[in-house]
Formats: sequence, C-alpha cells, structure tokens
Amino acid sequence: MRQFLAVVAFTLLTIGFFAGYSNFGIPQIEPAPPPKEEKLDLSSMTMDQFIALGERLFNGKGTCTLCHNALGRAPMLGTIADAVPKRLKDPRYTGEAGDIEEYLIESLVEPSVFVVAGFGKKGTNDTESPMPDVSGGSIGLSEAEVAAVVAYLQDSGGAEVTVEIPQDIDEEGDDEEEGEAREAVNDPKKLMAMFTCDACHMINGVGGDVGPNLSKIGANRDRAYLRRAILDPNAEIATGFEADMMPADMGEQIYVKELEVLVDYLAGLK
Amino acid sequence: MNRPRHMKTGTRLAIFGLFVALVTLTLAGFDQFGVFAAESESAVDAAASTGYGPAPKLTADDYPTIAGVNSRVAVWVFAQLHLWFAAFVLAVPIFVFIIEAIGMRTRDKRYDDMAYEFIKVTITAYSLTAILGGLLIFALILFYPHLITYLSTIFKESMFYYALLFFAESAVLYIYYYGWHWLQGGFKKWVHLTLGLMLNAVGTTLMLLANAWLTFMMSPAGVDAAGVFSGDAWAAIHNFLWNPINIHRFVANIAFGGSIVGAYAAFKFLTATAEKERAHYDWMGYNANFIAICALLPLPFAGYYLAAEIYAYSQQMGITLMGGIFAWLFIIQAVLIGTLFLSANYYLWCGMGRSDGAKRYTKYIKYIAIVLVGAFLVWFTPHTLVLTNEELKSLGGPHHTILGPLGIMPAKNTAVNLMILFTALSFMFYRRANKIATVSWVKAGNAVQVALYSAGIVNIMFLGIYHGYFTNTVYKVAASIPQVLTTLVIMVVSITLDSFIYRGAKEVGPLRWGRIPARAQYALFLLAVSFTWLMGLMGYIRSGIRQHWHVLDIMRDASPDAFTPTLGYAANVVSVAAIIFMAMVIFVFWIAQVGSNKTLPAGYWKE
Repeated sequence: MRQFLAVVAFTLLTIGFFAGYSNFGIPQIEPAPPPKEEKLDLSSMTMDQFIALGERLFNGKGTCTLCHNALGRAPMLGTIADAVPKRLKDPRYTGEAGDIEEYLIESLVEPSVFVVAGFGKKGTNDTESPMPDVSGGSIGLSEAEVAAVVAYLQDSGGAEVTVEIPQDIDEEGDDEEEGEAREAVNDPKKLMAMFTCDACHMINGVGGDVGPNLSKIGANRDRAYLRRAILDPNAEIATGFEADMMPADMGEQIYVKELEVLVDYLAGLK
Repeated sequence: MNRPRHMKTGTRLAIFGLFVALVTLTLAGFDQFGVFAAESESAVDAAASTGYGPAPKLTADDYPTIAGVNSRVAVWVFAQLHLWFAAFVLAVPIFVFIIEAIGMRTRDKRYDDMAYEFIKVTITAYSLTAILGGLLIFALILFYPHLITYLSTIFKESMFYYALLFFAESAVLYIYYYGWHWLQGGFKKWVHLTLGLMLNAVGTTLMLLANAWLTFMMSPAGVDAAGVFSGDAWAAIHNFLWNPINIHRFVANIAFGGSIVGAYAAFKFLTATAEKERAHYDWMGYNANFIAICALLPLPFAGYYLAAEIYAYSQQMGITLMGGIFAWLFIIQAVLIGTLFLSANYYLWCGMGRSDGAKRYTKYIKYIAIVLVGAFLVWFTPHTLVLTNEELKSLGGPHHTILGPLGIMPAKNTAVNLMILFTALSFMFYRRANKIATVSWVKAGNAVQVALYSAGIVNIMFLGIYHGYFTNTVYKVAASIPQVLTTLVIMVVSITLDSFIYRGAKEVGPLRWGRIPARAQYALFLLAVSFTWLMGLMGYIRSGIRQHWHVLDIMRDASPDAFTPTLGYAANVVSVAAIIFMAMVIFVFWIAQVGSNKTLPAGYWKE
C-alpha cells in the first residue's frame, strides 16, 4: 500500500508540475475572441477613416501581419507603388489588372496571379501562392473591406489612393434589415464595433489613431461632454485633431438608449 | 513433416499479404485509388445535383445547454479519455504481435508469457474504450447536434462500417485472448499469430476511419466552399491531413502503449516480494521501455511531417500553430519531450547496472547527459513569436537578446536530432554493456562507429548553423530533411555494424535481471505520465488550431465556447483528464490482477 501511495503521489506531483508550469511558467495570454461580422456604415466615412479601417483590417481580421512581417514569411508591402508596375510587366504575371488598384484587389482575392520569387508554395516553382483568398474561408473580408485594405496599402505603399469608398454595396444581411427597426444593443463594445468607432479611436491599445485616444477619456471629460461629442462631433475639436473627421449624423443612427450605454461606458474609462 | 511445413509457408504468405495490405493502407493511404481523389475535384462541381445542402450557419441558440454542464469541457474530456484508451488498446496488440512472433522465432517462452501478460492487462481497457466512445458520441449528439448531423451526412457509410467493425474487433480479440493457451504449438500458434495480425488490421482500420472524420474538420475535402458535399465519400476521407495524422498517431500510439505497460511493470517490480518476480518485471519493464524508445525516436520526425503538412495545407493555420497563439504550447511541449528523453535515457543508464561489464561505458554517460540537457535547453528556448502587446511586455521584447538565436527552428531541429542520436548511443552502450566482441576487426569497427557518429554530428551541426544563420528565412527549414536523413543513416548503419561487431560475442556474465534501483522504476512512471499529458496537450493543439471553426472555413462554431482558452486553462483541463485516466488505468491493472487471485473460504461450500 505504501508503494501504491508513493506512486500515486509521484503521478500527481508530475501532473501538478506540468499544470503549474503551464499556468505560471509561461505568459498567460487571453487570445482574441472569434471575429464578429461587423456591419459597416460607409455612407459617412471619410477617406482617412476608410484608410484607417483598412489598416485595422490589415492588422486584425485580415490576419495579413501573420505573414507580411519582418520575419520574412511573405513580401513586405511598403514599396508597393514601385513594385506593382514592374510586376504587371513581368512575364510571370497571369492576371488582368491594368493599374495598382486593380492589381491589389486581384492579389488579395487571387494571390497566385503573381508570386514574388522565393515566396511560392514549396514545389510549385513560385507559380502558386500560399496566401489564401481573403474574401473567403476563415478571413472572409467583404468587398468593402477588401477596398479598405487596398486603400490602406496604396496609402502606406506610397501610391496615390485611387480606390473609392463603396456606397452601394449590400453587406450581408442588409436586405433583411432594410426598412425594419433593429433591436437596441446594450453592449458598449458591440456598439463601438457596430459604429466602427475603433477604426479611429484607440482604447487600451486597440484601435486607430485618427481620432483622440479614449482609453482614459472618463477621467477628463464629463458625461455631458461625451454625449455632445458623439451627437455633434465638430462642436469642440480636441487639440491636434482635425474637424469633420467623425460622422456628423450619429444622432440619426444611434438609439437614445444606446447613446446612454455608450456614454456610461466612456465615462467609466479612467 | 511436409504438410506442416507447407501450412507454415501458406500461413506466412497470408500474414505477409495482410501485413503488406495493412502497411499500404496506413502509409500509402489508398493511393492506388488516387484516381478517385482526382475525380473528386470535378465531382464538387456537380454538388448541386447530389441533393446535399450547405453546412449550417449556426447561432448560439443552436447549442443546447443541459444541466449547466460546460459542453466544450465535457466533449473535450470524453474525447481525450477515449483517445488515450483507444491509443492504448490499439498499440498494445501491435507489440504483442511482434513479441509473440519473436517468441515463436526464438522459441523462448518468456516472450510468449510477456506478450500474454501485456494483452491480459489491456483486456478491460477495451470495454472502457467503447464506453468512453459512447459517452463522446452522446455528448456530441446532445451538445453539438448540428455538427454531428453535418458530419454524419458526409461520413454516414464510414460511420456505419465503423460500428460494424467493432463486432470484428471484439470477436478477434476474444478469440485471440481466450485462445492464447489453447492455440499453442505448431500450426495452432501460426493461427494465433494470424489472429493477432487480424486484430491489428481491424484496430488500425478503426483508427484510420476515425482519423478521417477529425482531419476532415481540419482540412475539409469533397465539399465546396459552402460545405455542400459532392457525394464522394472517399474524397472526404482522403483529405489533405489524413495520412500525416495516421502516421503520427500510429507511431505515437506505440510509444504511448509501451510507456503505459512499462508503468505497469514498474509497479509490479516495486511491489514484488520474490527475487524471481522482481527479475520478471524488471525484464518486462525493460522491454516496455525499449518499445517506447523505438517509437519515440521517429516520433519527432512524424510530428515535423504533420506540422509541415498543416503548413502546406493552410499557411494561416500553420502560423497559428507554430508562430501564433499556440506557439507557447510548444515551449511546454519542449519540457515534456525533454522529460521523456531524459527519463528514457535515465532508465537505460540505471539498467546498465544489470551487467558487470557496464563499467566500461559508465564514464561516457555524463557526456550523453550533458548533450541531452543542452539539446533540451535549446529546444526549450523561445524565439520570435507573433506576440501581442501583453506577451511583448511579459517577455521584454520579441525574443531574448542572447538566447533568442537558439530559438529558431534550425537550432531546434539540430537539438532534437542530437537528442535522438545520443539516445541511440545510450541504447548502443546498453547493448554492448554485457558483451565482449570477438571478431578480429573490432578496433577498426569501433573506429568506423566513432567516425560515423563524429561525421554525422558535424554534418547535423553544420546544416543547422549554415541554414539557420547564413541563409534567409525561406531557406531556414531546408536543413531539416538532410539532418533527419543523417540521423537515420547513422542509426541504421551503426546498429547494423554493431550487430556484426558483436556477432558471436562473449557475455561478460549473466544479465542480473532485478538488479536495478527502485528509482529507475520512477523513470518509467515519469515516462508514462509525461506521455499521457503530452498526448493531451498535443490533442488540444491539433483540435484548437481550427479556432472558431467546427469544420475549417466551412462550418463556424457559434457556441459561447468558440473562443480559444488560455494555455493555463487548457493545461488544467488536460491535467484533470490525465488524473481521471490514470485512475482508470490503475483500475484496469488492478482488475487484471484480481482475475488471477483465488480465495478458498473454509467451510463456505458444501463438501
């Protein structure tokens, strides 16, 4: 019996060590939650906001930075303005694009039309790209989102931003929702995502920098200010930021109940 | 006299034929039917006419909640327990078959007795495997009804045949086990061995079918982008990751099974009261450890192949696995693999005490230990990971400034190849410990062995350093295949050469089975527990890299548990499941012992 208990204790200690090391020996990371289907409101978006949205998609939902990073898994995209004209003339190019915008869209949804030398799938002699079609599968960017990424790539790659903000795209689910009152959203984070606030505003390290950082907005601003800033964003412009950047029609889009949820949330960020 | 010989030849041919079929099924993956796979692509185009619908788009309401049970944890634990037992009961007949064959070849009854004891201690595990499989399927039906409906639409035939195959498995198992002492000697023994082969053929087929379902969830095939099934069941079975998983599981199961029966032998050794009994279980533990090591050596290669194929199927999934949120799990894995190699080697070194001739080699052990620990530390070193801000803060940067360069894959590949080579060297020393070579060219033979190992180690290190630090990222992993080939060549050539050097060798003295310290038995327990826990961890990784998808890119997991948990949470679930498994294994071993206990109650029965 003594041997049995010794073996049981040894087994429990071993398992305890592995569990303890996994809990305390390595950093505990809270992985990002599954991506949500977001409904984009493009009607009142400026080009800067659209580019900022593209940047967010590039770093987030698009998972582009998994490979397009300094580790060299995929080509860097900072010089796309210079690179694309050469690629379009390359005999290995099999697509139909005539300019940078068309090429970028093509390369996002049909990555194999041109594979940069050395970055093709093993054994394909650089004729097949390991990159997936970003409009399908687990990435699933919509047409508008692809356009936003293209705008960002043009902007960051030193090219003229020629892509236009789509205005007449039916995002999934629009047809069903058109003309019907939607249900009020009670979750402030869902509201932030729904109105794409984080495309321009950063909260706790997440979001864009086109608008003021809101991580501690509640410490400096009262509820009345916050309410007015949402409904009439040009009433007072924060130092260092430009006017007319934020949609002015938020009052027509957001429910009163939702406005208060959002104000409560922002006031609590201290 | 001629007739039995003829029978033997016929049976041998039958066994050989079955063996070839089994290996072909396992390794080649029905490639002879490759034409079906080719046809499957065009078959998808005709999906609309097949009558199958797309994969359902689910909402959180589609996942029943029952009695407050966490559905993901329930399915996770049942699946893991089922998998452990299934791996055990599939693995043991493989090496029981081999041990029985060795017994027949050498006519050494000890092998036959050991094979019987191995199968005896696993017999209860079969019913537990089935019970846990039942629990798993009920949990899936109750908690994930739409997923199981979708999968069973695609795999209805294979699921049906899977259920029917259990009859074959049970029938063959019962005849094999209960007929062990009946089917002894001459032709009967060949019949028994054939039954063992059939048991393995059925068991492996069961594993291949189940693997098809789970790999379909990772690399779906035979369906279009919406999940509409083309009707080609073979295409769905023969999906991209099916064979890599088949090979990896086949090898890992053997190592796992060996480690579990090793733990059984270790416990019996510790509790044995008679010298003879202690010697028997020492010998049994040695053989179990030998089996585990034999499978452990190629396992990293099988794992590397699987990871490479995951990467080839989906670069996104591959990076999630190795460079994304799961990358930290491989640091835990490094701890476990290091534990496995160190405990297996430690057991061998302790076992050298059985021979009086081992002293000649003990001076080298410390160097092997230094290499193993060094290689473990390199494997353990994290490098540049795709990090979140929190991770960056925790680590103080994307990688450690001094040790970071050791964390890249070529350094880790170099480390694991050296770890494998030096484990093989440990084993060679163990084999040599009790022998004195008598061939005239022994010095030359030893010189060739030294040259072989030296050249191989230099080559492995050169490949690792050159590709790791003097080429760009794309070519960094190019070293892996020549490194693996170097290791394999050294092992095969050196074992072959050693067998010639020690042909007709004198024995220093009889091997003193039982002369091994008790702490060596704890190395066997460590091996079994580490293997169990490692399997649980790797099972989580394999399943977890699908992230929020039931079927990757086709059927999204919309349940509240679709998120990826923290590593600590996953480790806790694995730990609890491992404790339950160990408790059940103890029950299985205990019940095997109860069967041989007899009580004669005085005065209870009428005379």
